[in-house]
Amino acid sequence: MSANRVRVVVTGLGATTPVGGDVTSTWSALLAGQSGVKTITEDWVDTVPVKFAGTAAVDPAEVLPRPEARRLDRSEQFALVAAREAWQDAGAPGVAPERLGVVVSSGIGGINTTLSAYDTYKERGWNRLSPFTVPMLMPNGPAAWIGLDLGAQAGVHATVSACASGAEAIGYAMDMIRSGRADVVVAGGTEAAIHGLNVAAFAAARAMSTRNDDPAGASRPWDRERDGFVLGEGAGIIVLESEEHARARGARIYAYAAGVGYSADSHHITQPEPEGRGIIMAMTQALNDADIAGLDVKHVNAHATSTPAGDVVEVQAVAKAIGTHPLVTSTKSMTGHLLGGAGGIESVFTIKALQERIVPATINISDLDDGIEVEIVHGANRELPAGDIAAVNNSFGFGGHNATVVFQGA
Amino acid sequence: MAATEQEILEGLGKIINEITGIPASEVTPEKSFVDDLDIDSLSMVEIAVAAQDEFGVEIPDDQLKNLKTVKDVLNFIQN
Repeated sequence: MSANRVRVVVTGLGATTPVGGDVTSTWSALLAGQSGVKTITEDWVDTVPVKFAGTAAVDPAEVLPRPEARRLDRSEQFALVAAREAWQDAGAPGVAPERLGVVVSSGIGGINTTLSAYDTYKERGWNRLSPFTVPMLMPNGPAAWIGLDLGAQAGVHATVSACASGAEAIGYAMDMIRSGRADVVVAGGTEAAIHGLNVAAFAAARAMSTRNDDPAGASRPWDRERDGFVLGEGAGIIVLESEEHARARGARIYAYAAGVGYSADSHHITQPEPEGRGIIMAMTQALNDADIAGLDVKHVNAHATSTPAGDVVEVQAVAKAIGTHPLVTSTKSMTGHLLGGAGGIESVFTIKALQERIVPATINISDLDDGIEVEIVHGANRELPAGDIAAVNNSFGFGGHNATVVFQGA
Repeated sequence: MAATEQEILEGLGKIINEITGIPASEVTPEKSFVDDLDIDSLSMVEIAVAAQDEFGVEIPDDQLKNLKTVKDVLNFIQN
């Protein structure tokens, strides 16, 4: 890192998740070890082998004004709710429109709209479609609506890399500020994919848990009995800002967004590469980008989705790239997996852990799997040390996309 | 048509409120969609789609652009 490089800080947090409708309620639920995974009762549930999901704790359509909500896909509703919370939390920064950017992603986009609009088109004809069908289904829709809401003109982007999308968005936003394109960027991820087709398709990939008799116990990263991921929904958005801009306006600074690393496995379209070479590379590059050593990293919010193939490979890679010392947790044990939203909410959780110096325990671990050398936080929350420490958020996606973001205590 | 003008006005008021948030009480016959109610062309399409469902009357695009006031829509639906 060059000495005169622009440093990026986090000044606002927003989230709406399966365990809470905002950051405060979500974080309290995580520290209390509450699961947001529940049995679902939609009419399609009898046609799929998975009968539970991490549905949002608060319906975004009930939070937004009705005329606004009806023009938005559910993924866009989540994104706007979380973005407005983050923006207010940041103190609604005064920034010139041409210096304000947005990078918000989703893995799948407005798939509920795509599917319901297709039904409308087939059954009732093209002229019964809402004129807002296209902006509801396009995957850049969440970013675009937030950009309109805040008047952002420096650039509005949506990076798409399946379950790494939210983390890539935050990395791209950091680069926008470092390269001088923007002073403030609103960034994160959103997803609303709890639909019969998605559940069927992920089940067809044999990727989902089918623990139907125990939904709250289904997401159990690193447990020997884990059998797949649990689908969740919601959004996590943060406000990133150049340190100079934030200091000049006297903003509260949660943390530095200190580094980002990317890689691609180039191994298999869905399976993790068994040696973890790609994720080691992403983590190593992120540490280099932040100009810190592995020993500085005290906490990892892992990608760990509760799949047999991925969880252990990841922490073995953490041991190689960072060391065996960090306190590692998977908040997906409580929220489920938000796909493109994961990097957003889990960045919020990583930043909260640094701010409050506490790591929420992974729930549902009764028998830790073999081959794990790092410290998995389970059974009870763990304190983080005082001082100048860093924490890492990992996100990996189908396609072999890997993204690691490093945050440092302010 | 079975519906009276008053019934159509109330139905239209409900639709416009649902789509735009404008109170149904402000939807009165003399109001212009663009000048008084600040309703844009895509919102008019949404209103036309909803009106077709509610009143069973197809409003083609080339007719829709001629419907400037609430009264125009009432007349179109009644005739």
